[in-house]
Amino acid sequence: MPDGRQVCVLGAGMHPWGKWGRNFVEYGLAASRDALAEAGLAWTDVQFVAGADTIRNGYPGFVAGATFAQALGWTGARVSSSYAACASGAQAIGSARAQILAGLVDVALVVGADTTPKGFFAPVGGDRRDDPDWLRFHLVGATNPTYFGLYARRRMELFGATEDDFAAVKVKNARHGLANPNARYRKEVTVAEVLASPMVADPLRLLEICATSDGGAALVLCSNEFARRHAGTAQRVTIDAVSTVTPRFPQTTLEMPDLSTDSAAAVASVGPTFRHAVALAAYEEAGIDPDDVDLAEVYDLSSALELDWYEDIGLCKVGEAEKLLRDGETALGGRVPVNPSGGLSCFGEAIPAQAIAQVCELVWQLRGQAGGRQVEGARVGVTANQGLFGHGSSVIVSR
Amino acid sequence: MPTTKTRVPAVEGWFTLDGAAPALLGSRCTACGTVAFPKESSFCRNPACTGTEFAETPLSRTGTVWSYTDACYQPPKPYVAADPYVPFAIAAVHLAAEQMLVLGQVVPGVGVDELAVGTGVELVLDTLYEDDDHEYVVWKWRPTGTTDPTRAQDA
Ligand SMILES: [Zn+2]
Repeated sequence: MPDGRQVCVLGAGMHPWGKWGRNFVEYGLAASRDALAEAGLAWTDVQFVAGADTIRNGYPGFVAGATFAQALGWTGARVSSSYAACASGAQAIGSARAQILAGLVDVALVVGADTTPKGFFAPVGGDRRDDPDWLRFHLVGATNPTYFGLYARRRMELFGATEDDFAAVKVKNARHGLANPNARYRKEVTVAEVLASPMVADPLRLLEICATSDGGAALVLCSNEFARRHAGTAQRVTIDAVSTVTPRFPQTTLEMPDLSTDSAAAVASVGPTFRHAVALAAYEEAGIDPDDVDLAEVYDLSSALELDWYEDIGLCKVGEAEKLLRDGETALGGRVPVNPSGGLSCFGEAIPAQAIAQVCELVWQLRGQAGGRQVEGARVGVTANQGLFGHGSSVIVSR
Repeated sequence: MPTTKTRVPAVEGWFTLDGAAPALLGSRCTACGTVAFPKESSFCRNPACTGTEFAETPLSRTGTVWSYTDACYQPPKPYVAADPYVPFAIAAVHLAAEQMLVLGQVVPGVGVDELAVGTGVELVLDTLYEDDDHEYVVWKWRPTGTTDPTRAQDA
């Protein structure tokens, strides 16, 4: 990886995930202060602050960069605010990275936080008949778990996945999360307990669908040159790729919040599916292959979706994810542990913070600071994430 | 079931109200032929096309199930649920001519046990919800009793 395309991670910080019911700014602030403390820098050293937006907390959430900057105290720093659904955090990382790589700043703070309501995510209020997100709820009653259920059933019918496989993903991630002080759910579950939980969107059950949480995550990023001056070269963790590419037309997988796909009748569908393409772009940018990856943090919005990701990020061929899981390759101690943090399964989704939290986990893992969930000897990690409306992200971190 | 209510579409212009053979209404770009549902009126999704004229085109009335699930819990507003809530199945259906998927509820009384990838379905109109004066209808999928054993959609 050429030096000129990397940025360094000096600090990572998180406010524990939960249902705290406080203002989201508090969580972002706590995460920022922790990340700055890890970096050994003061807030006044930060030249650029990149906020990941939340759409559920009024205007301050829409301009999260400025909101966090004001809470930390106005310093005249450059600022940006990014919204890209679940990929908002990665967009904020990408924004900070671009400023650093362009030589405009040396030190940037990336921060995202959310306070979430209970239950299914519902669309923004009002009578909005031109909004696909509003229409899918109104016309079909299609919630997010609807889409997860469709993908899960496809795996069962095409690749022979079983309900036990999906439950085993949950069991694995619950075990991983036991050792994560920032996780919301830290309780072991059995396959039998998962399968006894109520069906939500056939074949997926309550314990297999990610909750919505409050939480905050932050990163302090800097240029390679600044890192050498400030911290020397020991334990230098770098971000080598930030992929936030769009789907390609025609997009033939049904994605939230759409009621239909593109038509491939006039223009043939070629090349990888969207999620696969997001990861491929990251590997290409970092100049590595999936074989180089030691661990992954993927967006397990449902237990079954984690299996899709194994294939999308290239850990195995299409149709082989169940085998990878059953062989224990993706559990701690396996060839390539997936979601050693416990994943969304143990965190619940705090949308703007989640893609940042994935990178925080990789940073701690690569530094050997992950305690009871440590992936031994990890050198390269990948994140993968997908949101609504064609946003997704993949970040590659190495040491 | 009261019969005096006026039958109106739950969304304007997305499907015909032909009782016997209703169809979804898509658009076809007059420049490149790309079909879209719901209708496009100002831009073509094909990145190689700058077409701005679109003809309304009915979509295939039959297709095969790409995948399916159900809604065991009442979806939040703006979904208008019956009281008491009755769970329903949902199918993503592959239309062969258009080479696209369209999501929709499955007609009441048909659960996930009666569906499979490849199940043949046809489009019908059915009640989505009612108020004092109107019955709001939407498209739903109804199994035709056929299956596509080749599951050509998988190719
Ligand atoms: Zn066109």
